[in-house]
Amino acid sequence: MNQITPDQQAGHAKCHQDGEQPSANSASQELIIEGASCASCVGKIEAALNNVSGVEKAEVNFAQRTATVLGSVNSGDLIKAVEKAGYNAKVQEDGSEQDSLDEKEQADWAYYKRLMREMTIALTLGIPLMAYSVIVGEMTVTSNTERVVWLVIGLLTLGVMLFSGKHFFVGAWKSFTNHSANMDTLIALGTGTAWLYSMVVVFFPYAVPEMARHVYFEATAMIIGLIDLGLALEIKARGRTSEAIKRLIGLQAKTARVIRDDKEIDILIEQVLLNDKVRVRPGERIPVDGVVLDGHTSVDESMLTGEPMPVEKKQDDEVVGGTINKTGSIVFKATRVGKDTALAQIIGMVKRAQNSKPPIGRLADAISAYFVPVVMIIAVVSALTWLNLGPDPAIAFAIVSATTVLIIACPCALGLATPMSVMVGVGKAAEAGVLIRNGEALQTSSKITAMILDKTGTITLGSPKVTNIHLAHAESEEDVLRLAASLEAGSEHPLAVSIVESATERDLSLDKVEQFSAIAGHGVEGFVGEQQLLFGNEKLMRDKNISVDDYVDVAQKMAEEAKTPMYFAADGKLAAIIAVADPIKNDSISAIKRLQKNGIRVVMLTGDNRATAKAVADKVGISEFFAEVLPEQKAEKVAELQMQNEIVGMTGDGINDAPALALANVGFAIGTGTDVAIESADITLMRGSLHGLADAIAVSKATLRNIKQNLFGAFIYNVAGVPFAAGVLYPFFGLLLSPVIAGAAMAFSSLTVVSNANRLRFFKAQEH
Amino acid sequence: MMIINILGLLLIGLIVWWFWLYKPREVIVSEGAITVMVEDGTYQPSRIKLAAGEPATIRFMRKDASPCAGTVLFSDFDVSEELPLNQFKSIVLPAMEKGEYAFSCQMQMYRGTLLVE
Repeated sequence: MNQITPDQQAGHAKCHQDGEQPSANSASQELIIEGASCASCVGKIEAALNNVSGVEKAEVNFAQRTATVLGSVNSGDLIKAVEKAGYNAKVQEDGSEQDSLDEKEQADWAYYKRLMREMTIALTLGIPLMAYSVIVGEMTVTSNTERVVWLVIGLLTLGVMLFSGKHFFVGAWKSFTNHSANMDTLIALGTGTAWLYSMVVVFFPYAVPEMARHVYFEATAMIIGLIDLGLALEIKARGRTSEAIKRLIGLQAKTARVIRDDKEIDILIEQVLLNDKVRVRPGERIPVDGVVLDGHTSVDESMLTGEPMPVEKKQDDEVVGGTINKTGSIVFKATRVGKDTALAQIIGMVKRAQNSKPPIGRLADAISAYFVPVVMIIAVVSALTWLNLGPDPAIAFAIVSATTVLIIACPCALGLATPMSVMVGVGKAAEAGVLIRNGEALQTSSKITAMILDKTGTITLGSPKVTNIHLAHAESEEDVLRLAASLEAGSEHPLAVSIVESATERDLSLDKVEQFSAIAGHGVEGFVGEQQLLFGNEKLMRDKNISVDDYVDVAQKMAEEAKTPMYFAADGKLAAIIAVADPIKNDSISAIKRLQKNGIRVVMLTGDNRATAKAVADKVGISEFFAEVLPEQKAEKVAELQMQNEIVGMTGDGINDAPALALANVGFAIGTGTDVAIESADITLMRGSLHGLADAIAVSKATLRNIKQNLFGAFIYNVAGVPFAAGVLYPFFGLLLSPVIAGAAMAFSSLTVVSNANRLRFFKAQEH
Repeated sequence: MMIINILGLLLIGLIVWWFWLYKPREVIVSEGAITVMVEDGTYQPSRIKLAAGEPATIRFMRKDASPCAGTVLFSDFDVSEELPLNQFKSIVLPAMEKGEYAFSCQMQMYRGTLLVE
């Protein structure tokens, strides 16, 4: 199966943290050297490293106990060379996902504590002042004593601005000099205007009309305190939005027990090398991806695939890192380690998708770009309007309205509306075993009106079995099966595999086939000895002038029983009809019903003949189907539905239906746990159940609904809040908003957006 | 009053000019790599000139603990990456066609432009 590389996932761009070293084929690698106690060891280690093939240059830094190696070489070989020289070495890792997550949480926690400290200081001054203004009344300057008192309070407020609000002012200034404006600009301008005006009143009370000699120190302190509080709470709430990714990262085992030189040793997971033999005991987590060499067990893969039933694993079966070994002890060979494991790829994909934006967010982004300067202009217009048309004291009204406009406007709520919901929604989907590639796929899948389901491997298990052999001119079932299996031995088609399996079960030895050729969509032909063999559908027989008329009824009956009849001819005569049936997955019927209940037009697509297709469709409750579709026609069927104005989802196994998946509005690939990122799919379902489809659509719908609520709330808040703050209601109702209330509203508007996004965490994807 | 009104209108004109019409000088990337500081609400530098048809590396250094600064998005290339605090993070962009491409934080408060010529 094709695995998408991280480069492809990131739109052909790649990212890495500096210092990060891939395990192989890197131009420069850092190793940590252990056991080097003297300077003379340096030469020995350097010589050992330089002798490794592919190394261009190796240098050991004795002081730092590190080695820098240039060249195209596997880090495992380097480590072995150092070990052979009598020392130990390990790759200087950038740190695991868990480490960077811990670092991020620590940084967030430190920032939270800082904001809470700043908030406490600001509110310690703001709340008593606020209480004073409410209880005692007007905060005006009428005497020299009051001037002194207010001067002291003004200086204290300046202290609050410097201690608790410094980041707003520095940010505003830096943005200003950079010709940009952001939330800091609004807060700094709003609180700065209120403080400056108040200081003018304190120093030059006679410069303003008597009625306008108010001070607004309480507003400045309260606004800074409240916005700090809002930011702090937002950090807490944001932490919860990344719970899903934390859970995924937490699935990673810390250590692995590897068998090297016949000894079992516990090592850190980062040190597991490709082809290492790894032992996993019952109850332990499987550390990396691999193939079972020895032992038998059952593995709980639910954390990755959402599939609740444990999966049996025996020799040659694949195991996936992060899943839990339940019953037996196994030894497996590591086939994917480090950043190549399925789990690492899932984490990478989910992270990327969580940060990508669906088209619905673009309008908000476009608005955000102009938002702050527009609010500044509205503040100026509002102040001018009050000065020209307002009642006395017009200057005070002008200052209050301008400040309130600047403070109430919240570009953050708009900016956060989409990404926060996507973050939670994509994470929620991943928990249900649904990997969404990006925001666009998330948005489109919420609008799907028609879903095309490929029959084999999607509705059915994809592992057909031979059920009947109806003899025509042949004499024994064994002969028929042996020859048919010989002919099909080279084919990877699921039906061919079932014929070969059936022959193997009966211990039939296969013959050598010559002049083999496949006739796409019809069948195969070839020679065994002198005998000319043909195996395929009715059309193939008719094309080759083989009479099947007497057996059409037999084939028809088989088809009506949801079996696929195939005609086998030898030497120009029909030898037998072999029927193969592919069992329908246990929950396909209920999942299809779920899709239909959601108003989705479900259409089945298959290469099978009409009668078999109809029988399967009838069984699973699908009334519309395309039968006898050649592989290359699948995309045409998608286009056909799109022409009918349907938004089409196409579900397949991602192998031979890539063009159809790519053409569909949303391509869904049904994986099997390890096939985590199927290239052509927008959405990968990690378990085989079709309920994953219904889950994916349900999560997408819930997320889009959540985004719309957020965007609507943020738009309404700003569209209603800004004019209200400017005082448009004053002429009618005498209402003018206080800057402190505006500060509180602003602080909690973005918190509301994050909290609403967090509601998605409680969404239940599975409704069987 | 007339003077105040004129001053107010001038202020509006200044806002329009300063934030929308004025284009700060761009920084030209030499030898395919540049470091962008993420600090105090801004990307420094925020206008970066790149050569068309060549991949470029942009190294971000995030100094701002605010979670807003934690993600950088290059929407045109479907690239979004988390920026760890006080650590360099390199983003390799593919060879680009001529044009202007925006990059920003999730909330569009940090904004920058790539000028590909």
